[in-house]
Amino acid sequence: MLKGKNKNALIIPLLAVLSGFIVGAVLMLVFGYNPIQNYVNLFAGAFGDVYSVSETLRNMTPLLLTGLGFAVSSKAGFFNIGGPGQYLMGWFSAVVFALHFHALPGIVLIIGSILCGALCGAIWSGIAGVLRAFFGTSEVISTIMLNYIALYYVNYAIKTWLAPKGSDSSPNIPKKASLCTDFLQNLTHGSTFHWGFFLAILCAFAVWFYFNKTCSGFEVRSVGMNPSASRYAGMNVKKTIIVAMIISGILAGMAGALDGIGNYQNISVSNSTPSVGFDGMAVALLAGENPIGMLFSALLFSALQIGGLSISVLSTTPSEIVNVVMASIIFFVGIKYAFEMLIIKGVIKKGAKAKEAGNQ
Amino acid sequence: MHINKKIASAIAATLMLGTVLVGCGNGNSGSEKVKHTAALVTDGGSIDDKSFNQSAWEGLEAWGKENKLEKGVNGYNYAQSNSDADFTPNINKLIKAKYSTIFGIGYKLAPAIKKTAKQNPKTNFVIIDDVVSGKNVASVTFKSEQSSFLAGVAAAETTKTNKVGFLGGVKSDVITTFEKGFIQGVHAVNPKITVDVKYAGSFTKADLGQSMATAMYNNGEDVIFHAAGGTGAGAFTAAKNLAKNGKKVWVIGVDQDQKADGAYKGGNVTLASAVKEVGNAAKDIANKAMKDKFPGGKVVTYDLKSKGVDLVNDNMSDSAWKVVQQYEQKIIKGDLTVKAK
Repeated sequence: MLKGKNKNALIIPLLAVLSGFIVGAVLMLVFGYNPIQNYVNLFAGAFGDVYSVSETLRNMTPLLLTGLGFAVSSKAGFFNIGGPGQYLMGWFSAVVFALHFHALPGIVLIIGSILCGALCGAIWSGIAGVLRAFFGTSEVISTIMLNYIALYYVNYAIKTWLAPKGSDSSPNIPKKASLCTDFLQNLTHGSTFHWGFFLAILCAFAVWFYFNKTCSGFEVRSVGMNPSASRYAGMNVKKTIIVAMIISGILAGMAGALDGIGNYQNISVSNSTPSVGFDGMAVALLAGENPIGMLFSALLFSALQIGGLSISVLSTTPSEIVNVVMASIIFFVGIKYAFEMLIIKGVIKKGAKAKEAGNQ
Repeated sequence: MHINKKIASAIAATLMLGTVLVGCGNGNSGSEKVKHTAALVTDGGSIDDKSFNQSAWEGLEAWGKENKLEKGVNGYNYAQSNSDADFTPNINKLIKAKYSTIFGIGYKLAPAIKKTAKQNPKTNFVIIDDVVSGKNVASVTFKSEQSSFLAGVAAAETTKTNKVGFLGGVKSDVITTFEKGFIQGVHAVNPKITVDVKYAGSFTKADLGQSMATAMYNNGEDVIFHAAGGTGAGAFTAAKNLAKNGKKVWVIGVDQDQKADGAYKGGNVTLASAVKEVGNAAKDIANKAMKDKFPGGKVVTYDLKSKGVDLVNDNMSDSAWKVVQQYEQKIIKGDLTVKAK
């Protein structure tokens, strides 16, 4: 039997998801579209066959990792909005590594690229961590600013050093450095699925282990709950802040690296900071920052995104409706207190009724 | 306690319903009709971006309506890409939905088209603004330098300050073609006019476009030619704000006739529009594909002569418009060649 608190932790996200779908359905009805048909198309588009499932799992990979990254810093009490910048730095540096050391054997290239991506992500978030720990700079502001620095730096670097003249994307990385192998392509009917997925899953369990079974993870949680008490208990708060931010950056950087050498195989000039960095926050919030829960919330959001593409392909409904559903889910997670109140009220009411019945 | 059970059972019921429905969904692809169908994949913008994707979509819509097709699986449709990661899944979804001809709108889709075209030799693919080899791929290019040249002539004939500006999106071969054509046009009329070239580095940032255009106007440039998609929308806002305060400034639109974007209470800031008839091209190719004359493996080029590119007069003076027309004839007859680089 689950404990009361744990049960709520499961019921509230489920209610939020359900409510999100209902809001989407109501909206579709108002505009004269068929919600059932569209949701059927959505889920068929996300899970209907091997190809779709693999596409969904591939899309889930960066969502899960940026989500985990956000969760680690959040547990330490920091709102790391720098996911997009860390992701971009990871993507960029992984591609640079794979292009620059193209003579190395494939496996070394892959491991090197991922480590390089993780390192650059860590440096990027580490800057915000150090600023916070030693100067008290708000990490919200500094990570937002670092996102823009990453965006414009990467765009500049691509144009100046990587892209052939007249192009706005880098050359493709050598095939041996790619996480997307012919074997996987044949297995998944030509989808973009790559090995990085398994690494992401591994990371989710690693983060769970870190929080629940290690001393450092305990310190992170403790600092997040009460920095003063933690300091009094003899913990090094500054060190913990920086450690949490660095782990957060490693995960987001890794998300970028895996996308870079798994999905895109190159890097292009981006118009804006990659939205997957922000979507990761939604993944973490829906799962209540529980690493195992995030496996499911990342899968859900990925399914919504990939399945959502099918909506406009198969019907006349604009696929933007999916964004409404996703936003509503986050909204309902945000007002989880309302759900908690409803549940508590329901229990009290029933209690009162029982009492009445008893009195009669 | 009970309420929790109720909720749990409600969720379980919904999930079960969902599974049943998903099961049904697989049967959808069965409706076979021998009709030619076409769909496009956007390059990150939406189909109402007042620019490239919109023109393409309007062309495809017009084609569909002429042939009495409906929007949807048995007719014409679009798939919107929210990021570059969506290109391949979108194309594959369209292939699965059995569209006969698939358009990739913009050079950014070239790698995705190249890969999927190889895997699906029976589907027709069209790439706009780039060249992809393959028997089932038609490459569509535009001589934008010609319409940009005319935009340059229009700007040179209109400027009072002898300073004009060019605002580009992301710098790449496709966009520098606009820049080079524009500069040649300006200097053909008056080599003393200075052309200020700026790139925003983005096709989707109207706010950035606005601040850059405002700076350019404040620098004394009174005509700006933008080739910046959604970023260019900001140039119109900047021009309208200045025009409302009595400053005489102009924007030359791109891709579509952007006259409506320049309208404000009391006037209009759109001087002309260097249109790129992506829509006509899409319609043309879709028609050819329908008649089994799909130009697979070929590069189809649209220019001033074939009306694939053009300069539309929005608010030019009669004298300026006359000069533009003279140059247009020269280019069409081949007396004048505009360099793309």
